[in-house]
Amino acid sequence: MNEVMVSAEGVRKHFGRLEVLRGIDLEVRAGEVLCMIGPSGAGKSTFLRCINHLEKIDEGRLTVDGELVGYREHSGRLYELRDREVGQRRAQIGMVFQHFNLFPHMTALENVTVGPLKVKHEDKGAATERGREMLRRVGLADKVVAYPRQLSGGQQQRVAIARALCMQPKLMLFDEPTSALDPELVSDVLDVMRSLADDGMTMVVVTHEMGFAREVGDSLVFMDEGVIVESGPPKSVLTSPRHERTQAFLSRIL
Amino acid sequence: MGTAEPAKTPGRPGADTQVVPLRHPGRPRTEMQVVPLRHPGRWVAAAVVCLLAAMAVHSLFFSNVKRDGVTESRFEWDIINHYFFSTGVLEGLGVTLALTAVAMAGGILLGVVLSIMRLSPNPIVTGSSWVYIWFFRGTPVLVQLLFWYNAAYIFPSFTLGVPFGPALAHFNLNSWLTPFVAACLGLALNEGAYMAEIIRAGIISVDEGQTEAAQSLGMSRLQALRLIVLPQAMRVVIPPTGNETISMLKTSSLASVVVAPELLFRVEQIYAANYYVIPLLMVASLQYLWVTSVLMVGQYYLERHYARGAARQLPPTPLQRLRRWLLIRPDEHRWARLAHPKTVPLAGYPHE
Ligand SMILES: Nc1ncnc2c1ncn2[C@@H]1O[C@H](COP(=O)(O)OP(=O)(O)O)[C@@H](O)[C@H]1O
Ligand SMILES: [Mg+2]
Repeated sequence: MNEVMVSAEGVRKHFGRLEVLRGIDLEVRAGEVLCMIGPSGAGKSTFLRCINHLEKIDEGRLTVDGELVGYREHSGRLYELRDREVGQRRAQIGMVFQHFNLFPHMTALENVTVGPLKVKHEDKGAATERGREMLRRVGLADKVVAYPRQLSGGQQQRVAIARALCMQPKLMLFDEPTSALDPELVSDVLDVMRSLADDGMTMVVVTHEMGFAREVGDSLVFMDEGVIVESGPPKSVLTSPRHERTQAFLSRIL
Repeated sequence: MGTAEPAKTPGRPGADTQVVPLRHPGRPRTEMQVVPLRHPGRWVAAAVVCLLAAMAVHSLFFSNVKRDGVTESRFEWDIINHYFFSTGVLEGLGVTLALTAVAMAGGILLGVVLSIMRLSPNPIVTGSSWVYIWFFRGTPVLVQLLFWYNAAYIFPSFTLGVPFGPALAHFNLNSWLTPFVAACLGLALNEGAYMAEIIRAGIISVDEGQTEAAQSLGMSRLQALRLIVLPQAMRVVIPPTGNETISMLKTSSLASVVVAPELLFRVEQIYAANYYVIPLLMVASLQYLWVTSVLMVGQYYLERHYARGAARQLPPTPLQRLRRWLLIRPDEHRWARLAHPKTVPLAGYPHE
């Protein structure tokens, strides 16, 4: 068994009086692909954002590669880390957003290299070299100097994936990466994600692409109203869901 | 490109509902001819404008009046011409430009700090920024200028140190607060309040996802602001800032009340001696006008620079357009392009 990459124990999160996460327990091992499904508002995005500390959790424990992302632990206490230190840890976690969030004032190559240059203070030549390599890897070698607005949605999302990869992360988080895309562009993005999984990248993927979850996922989690209702191997969850709510959700979207 | 273009093969079978591409008027390549819409109203408007312009030109340059039995040109252009390049006026212009530059630079710097404070999670920081803006926007600039001019009366000297404790530094304001410094202070502190609001509007116009994406790459809040948010905010910030600069150029003339030797003050001094009031005011206006024109051109190119990535393709600048228009081959209907710049494609001149 591989080491544990993401571990959540009793994670809770609320916004004001709204409880969004109500005790999430899960584990993702290195090299595994975990897919998350669930209705809108279930708390999937919030959970992903908690993993890289874009949101603070209120209760429980959430570690990435054995480390708390936002805190330092010392003799039974948690000390909040400085902005910069959180940044250093976040730099090891790639995140891909539903709406791409590319930097529109930068070319594809600049988008991809800004992290290595400004966060890791890498040498310009090396960062550019790897940036080109990453863009080639997602099939956009010819779009190096294009601005995001000159690219299709699918191409933009692939640049976003390259941008995350260029930081050489040990974990990748995907928040509905294909939900904002035209149907014919979805497969390009999924192909890139599949090849990443084949290379052994650890991934947590929120998605509604059941085909992808079935073929690529090592495990599948169904979330609803802030709790994990059901989890297991994708095939068994998708074909023979045990829980009523899972059945209802699957029958609605399939 | 190896295949024949369908539009060039007339009478294609089954092509009765063909889409007609727009071609040059007068040189239809398709079966159908496009007749441009006529605009008689435009000609009438143009005629009226030409008439008014001719009247203005005549009264400005070619009409004479009799003053005390002497016939002279109405606007005394020889005097305007003489004073336009006089040392006093040019020195005044220099001070005006310096005042504008210092006040705008100070104002922008202050505005950046205040706007970032305004967005801080710390309520005391937010509150103090709010109070600053409230005060400096709520009182007239003229009053603020007069206040700084007279500040040396209230604070003849100024001591920096711990309140009720030891002093760290000591300034003698009487010698230090010259009219120029007072004017700079007054204008910059006032401008800071307005720039803060302009920059804040720019910052909040940038989607929150941008900060999130930057942070997920490991950037700190300030890095995200500096590298990702502010450059994008510039697009929203520059047009009103250009406006402020142009407005500042002329607001700086208020500094004449605190005897800062800027353009209007110098002009007033000159006409107080020789009574050429109108010609000298014309001199000042023309000086302001040409500097404003230069600033407008600068703003145009600055806006273009920060539009990178915002539009799929930047439109050509007026200069580029002129150059291309002059380069058009004679058979490309140079004059037709003037009348219908949008509909006639620039054949053979791709975007650089
Ligand atoms: N920053 C926030 N402030 C207040 N409520 C929020 C915030 N972010 C998310 N929520 C709420 O939390 C719930 C879960 O949201 P989300 O995690 O985005 O769900 P999902 O991604 O599963 O659709 C929703 O009801 C949403 O309105
Ligand atoms: Mg979501």
